[in-house]
Amino acid sequence: MWSYTLKRILQGIITVWFIATATFVAMHNVPGDPLSSDRAANETIRANLEARYGLDRPLFEQYLMYMGNMLRGDFGISFTQQNREVNDIIREHFPVSATLGVLAVVFAALGGILMGALTALYRNRLPDYIIMFLVILGISVPSFVFAALGQLSLVNLNAMMGFSVLPVAGWGTVSHMLLPALVLGLGTMAYLTRLMRSSMLEVISSDYVRTARAKGVPPARIFTRHQLRNAVMPVITVLGPAIAAITTGGFVVELVFAVPGLGRYFVQAVQQLDYTVIMGTTVFYGTFLVFMVILVDLVYGWIDPRVRLK
Amino acid sequence: MTDQTLTEHYSGADAQPIRTLRPVDFEPLPASAPTAGMVRPSRSYWQDAWARLKANRRAIASLYIIVFLMLFTFVGPLIWRVDPALQDVDQISQRPFADRSAVLVMPFERWEGISLEQGFGVGDGLRLASQPTTQQVRMLWDAVPEASAYRLYRNHFEPQSSLVLGVPIASITRDGVHWYEDRLDLRARLYYYSVVAVDELAQPLGQHQTIVADVRRVITLDEVVARGLTDDPAALQPGDAIELSLHPLGTDYLGRDMLARLMAGARVSLFIGLLAPLMFVAIGVLYGATAGFIGGKVDQVMMRFADFVVALPFLLFMILFQVVFGIGPGESGIVPMLIALVVLSWPATSRLVRGQILQIREEAYVNAARLLGGSHQYLIWRHMIPNTLGVILVTLTFAVPAAIFTEAFLSFIGMGVAPPTASWGSMCNEGLKTMLTHPHELIFPAVMISMTVLAFNLLGDGLRDALDAKMRSSV
Repeated sequence: MWSYTLKRILQGIITVWFIATATFVAMHNVPGDPLSSDRAANETIRANLEARYGLDRPLFEQYLMYMGNMLRGDFGISFTQQNREVNDIIREHFPVSATLGVLAVVFAALGGILMGALTALYRNRLPDYIIMFLVILGISVPSFVFAALGQLSLVNLNAMMGFSVLPVAGWGTVSHMLLPALVLGLGTMAYLTRLMRSSMLEVISSDYVRTARAKGVPPARIFTRHQLRNAVMPVITVLGPAIAAITTGGFVVELVFAVPGLGRYFVQAVQQLDYTVIMGTTVFYGTFLVFMVILVDLVYGWIDPRVRLK
Repeated sequence: MTDQTLTEHYSGADAQPIRTLRPVDFEPLPASAPTAGMVRPSRSYWQDAWARLKANRRAIASLYIIVFLMLFTFVGPLIWRVDPALQDVDQISQRPFADRSAVLVMPFERWEGISLEQGFGVGDGLRLASQPTTQQVRMLWDAVPEASAYRLYRNHFEPQSSLVLGVPIASITRDGVHWYEDRLDLRARLYYYSVVAVDELAQPLGQHQTIVADVRRVITLDEVVARGLTDDPAALQPGDAIELSLHPLGTDYLGRDMLARLMAGARVSLFIGLLAPLMFVAIGVLYGATAGFIGGKVDQVMMRFADFVVALPFLLFMILFQVVFGIGPGESGIVPMLIALVVLSWPATSRLVRGQILQIREEAYVNAARLLGGSHQYLIWRHMIPNTLGVILVTLTFAVPAAIFTEAFLSFIGMGVAPPTASWGSMCNEGLKTMLTHPHELIFPAVMISMTVLAFNLLGDGLRDALDAKMRSSV
């Protein structure tokens, strides 16, 4: 287990290095010099930036400086906001995105596992058809449409009830988080439901379930101890990529619901061509995603010994 | 040993009795005797897959949808020849099937607040001076002697309180003037006009007066000619009814035809959605097949590189690439989007194909072919490619909705195509702003995206079921 963990972490570090390098190469191919344009708001910022990044030095030296800064966890200063460090921006906005993301993943995982199990148990009967129809809808409809529809129905609901059941947009309390998290998790929930269904169908017809039934184990116990536990395995494997999809998919939901998260900030930074924020956020997100996937893999290895023995 | 003992010997006590063997069974058959063979005609892999696909109702339905989409995209603009960027200022944010009749009127003339149309301007308080039209709404009211100004408000619904009268449209301070003509962005609908007289300290004198104006859509002869709504302008007279140009699916917030824009958007969406998967699947197949075929160190290095590319956060790098190509917000980046999609998406396919090639290489039939002296060329073309083609086709089908989603997402956040180019994603983005009042501007592009993605997903499911050999053996 230890060597497996170590190997995965080492792989992760190399991957992060690759992401940082790719970001560096990409941003250095942006046409024009970011400092000579009018985008650096004034002389102070410009002087700060030139001193910081040594943009007159050879490319390789710049690369070493950039990597050194990254290693120390210093992502630089914003291009459009004076005296604002990228680290501050991340520190301020990432917790919001992370909260939203965690809530969405919980929604998606719980909903997906339960509904997937349900469809398998009621295979080719009404609950199965209804849920699978919803799943197809969830896979085919883009998240921004869900966000818009969710907001629209909330407006109507609030108007109908005469008081605010849930706030339509904004951030702050738990009630602000519910709808955005649900919308954000919907696509992943649909995907997980499908996966859970096929995995559950396989488990239902397996020998150990038949044995348990033959022994006279009550159906509820078969469901929780034998079927659910084994069927959930493949769902856990895709949870890593699912977290990645949810965190980056958060851009749209954060835009539509006016949530002050890092995703919305990234889109803003791109629209204002705030180079340092774009670079810092990309590397930060990349690192976060890589280590989330590794974490999920390690948890999976811990739950299912067959993985780490391979 | 007799026949009898043989039967007893082989069938146990509780076994079913088997047919007894007679000496005639041991005689050789003549060469002309019929041999056992296939009863049904043999079918190739693809014929079999096609038959299975045809039995799948959902897959066939999705195929029809895709054919319809293709016709919509490529034949549609030939039939519906409306410029998607053309603005119809008479019909802005028009619902589908909305009334599009207009009355021909004379060109606008100045109004001095005196002339009244017959049947109008009689009575007390605020009253209309003529038939309200989209050209002008003329109203007058009784003068209030001590008033120093009159404030006018316009609203879309009946004002409930004197504090909420609507949008202030005018404040009249000229002495002796107690009429007003509204010409500001009028639409064919109900307007509630209110007037309040105020004193020098801007304190209201008495109650507000409200009137409802049912505005009729009108058009002048010059406009009719300019928009090509008639062949014979000389035959038209004021008061004639004119049919404005038809918009089957309505118009958007700038008066552009929704159907034409959906068709133009389909071109962008399908261009990205079909070309990008074709390109990255081709690259992925080449890369993966090379790695799988060469094997060893080369394979490991190649696959490690693919792993790195997979680890790049997809949407962030899509946006980053747009920036790198110098596509700022507000610029169209269809080709950069295509390139970025290809650069970021090929590794998944290459992994899959490599796995397939490695697996097929060890299959008994490939070994058999090799033992029989099959050349490399023969092995590749006869066994490797046909056996991976199914997987590749399924990947391709599932890659289409993913690419369409990505395009829609990027256009939605403003990093994809820019106005006036239409794409389904950017249309959704624009529709979102008018969602509450004109939902059709959001619904139509959203339905198009959903329908396309749904069709390709269902077709992918059907293809996987039809082409997957493992599933077939279990059925």
